Amino acid sequence: MSMAPGITLKGSATIEGRQLFAPLSLTLDAGRWTCLLGGSGVGKTTVLRLLADLPTGAAFDGTIAATDELPVAERIAYMAQSDLLLPWASVEKNITLGARLRGQTGDAARLEHLLDRCGLQDHRHKKPTELSGGQRQRVALARTLMEDKPIILLDEPFSALDAQTRAAMQDLAVELLEGRTVMMVTHDPGEAARLGHAIHVMTATQLQAVTPPQSSVPRAVEALDTLTCQSALLKLLMEQVA
Amino acid sequence: MKVWPPFAATIFALVVWQSIVTATGVQKFILPGPALVAEAWWTNRLVIAEHTLVTLQEILLGMAIGTTLGIATALQLATSKTARTLIQPILVFTQALPVFALAPILTLWLGFGLWSKIAMAVLIIYFPVTSAFFDGLMRTPPGYLDLAKTMQASPSRILWQIRVPAALPNLGAGVRLAAVYAPIGAVIGEWVGASRGLGALMIMSNGRAKTDLMFAAMLTLGVLSVLLYLAAAKLTRRLGDRET
Ligand SMILES: Nc1ncnc2c1ncn2[C@@H]1O[C@H](COP(=O)(O)OP(=O)(O)OP(=O)(O)O)[C@@H](O)[C@H]1O
Ligand SMILES: [Mg+2]
Repeated sequence: MSMAPGITLKGSATIEGRQLFAPLSLTLDAGRWTCLLGGSGVGKTTVLRLLADLPTGAAFDGTIAATDELPVAERIAYMAQSDLLLPWASVEKNITLGARLRGQTGDAARLEHLLDRCGLQDHRHKKPTELSGGQRQRVALARTLMEDKPIILLDEPFSALDAQTRAAMQDLAVELLEGRTVMMVTHDPGEAARLGHAIHVMTATQLQAVTPPQSSVPRAVEALDTLTCQSALLKLLMEQVA
Repeated sequence: MKVWPPFAATIFALVVWQSIVTATGVQKFILPGPALVAEAWWTNRLVIAEHTLVTLQEILLGMAIGTTLGIATALQLATSKTARTLIQPILVFTQALPVFALAPILTLWLGFGLWSKIAMAVLIIYFPVTSAFFDGLMRTPPGYLDLAKTMQASPSRILWQIRVPAALPNLGAGVRLAAVYAPIGAVIGEWVGASRGLGALMIMSNGRAKTDLMFAAMLTLGVLSVLLYLAAAKLTRRLGDRET
């Protein structure tokens, strides 16, 4: 992996002439986790898709730049809420999809390493339908990591999981994504409080930064500063709905 | 699949059939009873078998050619916008035409042999196969395409690695439809002009007031069609084994 750059998105977006979000500036610090929260429909996924250069319904007026001034979109790996596993392909084939789509041979050693780390060795020849929800998300995480990109965009990747599986996935993700620039869109204040080196709450008019706890990520769920941060975030989100 | 419900239904149909024949006292060249038909079938079993092989050959060749053409057209349409704007309206228009009406012309062009019947079968199954596969190719879950884009995949690799496999269940549905339609196409071709095949046998027996033989040929065709469908379903089930 090349050095992870920082990313800045500046600008505003409209959907059919109607403003989606006012001019805002979002900075993702190099090698850090940035969590983006906000009400439903406020434009979080749109921001993430703009960074990935994926089609959105919105017209974006602004710039996206990396601190090293190299192109952004080709250096990202993307993981969505739905695991997007190909049902006809085995776990192994799903993890190495990127290489096949580029006509390359996958890095076999890296595959073994990721199967080990994600606890998937016993499942490598199975089809996704034979896996549990947590196992499927581990495959999706392994596929994301197999890409070995310096920038990782996560759109509510763990929101469909039960609480303890989600916490385990958060720990694994932090461990395996170390050193990469990560942006995670989430609905869960607890998740942001555990994982964010920076936390932003998005509204139609602004992006509000919330100071995360000082401790290193992943933070203990039961730690007081994590819980304080979580409730502050929840309060902020509730005020916006009101 | 349970065996006994269709079995019971068959027995029931035979009983109803025989009761109607007995109750109405209808003449046997108008409606022969099941026993007579069975007898005609047994006496003529070699003739029927010979004609069945001809029809089966037409159906299988028609399915192979029609499916291949359908797959090729669907791929062409799915990958080229120009092809879509040019071919799609023509395709829809030809579907509005009664294809059966073409049967006499096909015989005129291709003669009384196998090929006019194969052409008829091809014409009938071409559209269902094309449209089923094309639909599948155009309805790739958008998330897969997003993922492929972030992986810098080329359009041709996206087609072969993602769009085609994702559309295989649809192709399977198209092939199953083809298995139902192809026998109809072949038999219509035979009705219009042929000396061989189950359709030809039906026309000939009808002309000679051998209604029992006509029924025997028709029922053989029915059984053949069902077996074909079951075979197609078995072959294509593998294509469809994915959760949706
Ligand atoms: N392809 C599209 N075409 C038109 N409008 C769209 C499209 N995609 C999203 N939108 C609209 O853009 C707005 C922002 O959508 P976006 O998906 O970014 O919200 P979000 O913040 O991610 O919401 P959620 O938390 O529910 O996922 C919504 O009002 C949505 O209706
Ligand atoms: Mg969203």
